[in-house]
Amino acid sequence: MANNDSIGKTITVALLLCVVCSVVVSTAAVLLKPLQETNKSLDFKRNILSAAGLLREGVSIEEQFKQITPKLVDLNSGRFYSDSGTAGLTVDSYDQREAAKDPELSEKLAPQDDIAKISRREKYAKVYLVEDGGVLQQVILPIKGYGLWSTLYGFLALKADTNTVVGLGFYEHGETPGLGGEVDNPRWKSLWKGKQVYADDGSVAIKVIKGTAARDAVHKVDGLSGATLTSRGVDNLMHFWLGENGYGPFLARLKRGEA
Amino acid sequence: MKAKELLFKPVFENNPIALQILGICSALAVTSSLKVTLVMCVALTLVTAFSNFFVALVRNHIPGNIRIIVQMTIIASLVIVVDEILKAVAYDISKQLSVFVGLIITNCIVMGRAEAFAMQNPPVASFLDGIGNGLGYSALLITLGVIRELFGSGKLLGFEILPLVTDGGWYVSNGLLLLPPSAFFLIGLIIWALRSWKTKQVEAPEYTITANTVAKEV
Repeated sequence: MANNDSIGKTITVALLLCVVCSVVVSTAAVLLKPLQETNKSLDFKRNILSAAGLLREGVSIEEQFKQITPKLVDLNSGRFYSDSGTAGLTVDSYDQREAAKDPELSEKLAPQDDIAKISRREKYAKVYLVEDGGVLQQVILPIKGYGLWSTLYGFLALKADTNTVVGLGFYEHGETPGLGGEVDNPRWKSLWKGKQVYADDGSVAIKVIKGTAARDAVHKVDGLSGATLTSRGVDNLMHFWLGENGYGPFLARLKRGEA
Repeated sequence: MKAKELLFKPVFENNPIALQILGICSALAVTSSLKVTLVMCVALTLVTAFSNFFVALVRNHIPGNIRIIVQMTIIASLVIVVDEILKAVAYDISKQLSVFVGLIITNCIVMGRAEAFAMQNPPVASFLDGIGNGLGYSALLITLGVIRELFGSGKLLGFEILPLVTDGGWYVSNGLLLLPPSAFFLIGLIIWALRSWKTKQVEAPEYTITANTVAKEV
């Protein structure tokens, strides 16, 4: 088949193949997009529920999520964002991760403040409140920070006293499986339950330590063995988000009932 | 060649992993849990079968000097489609498999069969050859997956079989089996067993090592 190797034939085959393949790939991508988006948002909600320890098998995620109210918080003032606010945001459409990249909706952090290495912090955060008969039970805070290879994205659930940890979970990260990836390990995550994040004087006291923490140490959590930098990353992001530049002001107000 | 031969010869006689020593990388990476292994097997079998089919379909029109890139394009498109489908219907598993689905593109079995078989054979035979090699790959991966998950974490498909000491049972798990190198040892043992059974697979040594000689005294 010598004629197959002519320049004309080569170019024709290459072009046709590209057209056919790109049509196939883009059709698949476009057709499956809605399903993928639903999956993604379900996964997101599942992670919120599981951080709050509310996830039950066999009940639809959407149904379970009804007990949770998302709210926007102005991180600088520590107050809930009211609809009359200047930024014109709505709770449903607000995407916190996108906002962190938007110069209008985020602020650059000074290097000494940026302990979680996220470089920009959004002005508004989308927190999730769990209420039972109008009484606040839990508050779930989105958190993120740099580990060893990647930014870890997750949720921290605190009791209404804004001090006791209910749960912690990361829904996206690129840490080494088996080492830093053990942040997903249910046994490690269960160590967080019941820990106190603030000391009596109000400073952030929670710490991921090297080795095993004593059972009654309320401010200390075991580090992940073989993953010093990921453990340090988790420690840093906790300190950042619970501190003055993170949810500190909001949690203080929430505790006093002034948010 | 008969359909039966095309389908089942690659399982024991001409196993892509054990005899052709192809596709080892993903065999190490995805076999620590059986569920992920099964999804990977299905994905790879489908990609191999369909890429063989489409390559065979256009084999008489592929110019020799761009044939590798033509095969790659077909394989890559199929892998993207499989990845998109997984994201849409099995989101959890696609998150666990993450990069490995994408890496099917570089899996030597897919390329190897396209170049070695599909370029010379008609579409249906090539399709069956793809399925067969996928089965061969799956047979080995499932064996690895069962051993690694059962003895590494005491479970099969997430169900507890051997209760672990850490959960109050009696079984002390073998942590090595959860790490990729263990698959390497297991594959070695399987190849050994297979070649003891089917001695035809033993390769003649390419050279002989000369006997040790005593060093001369200076």
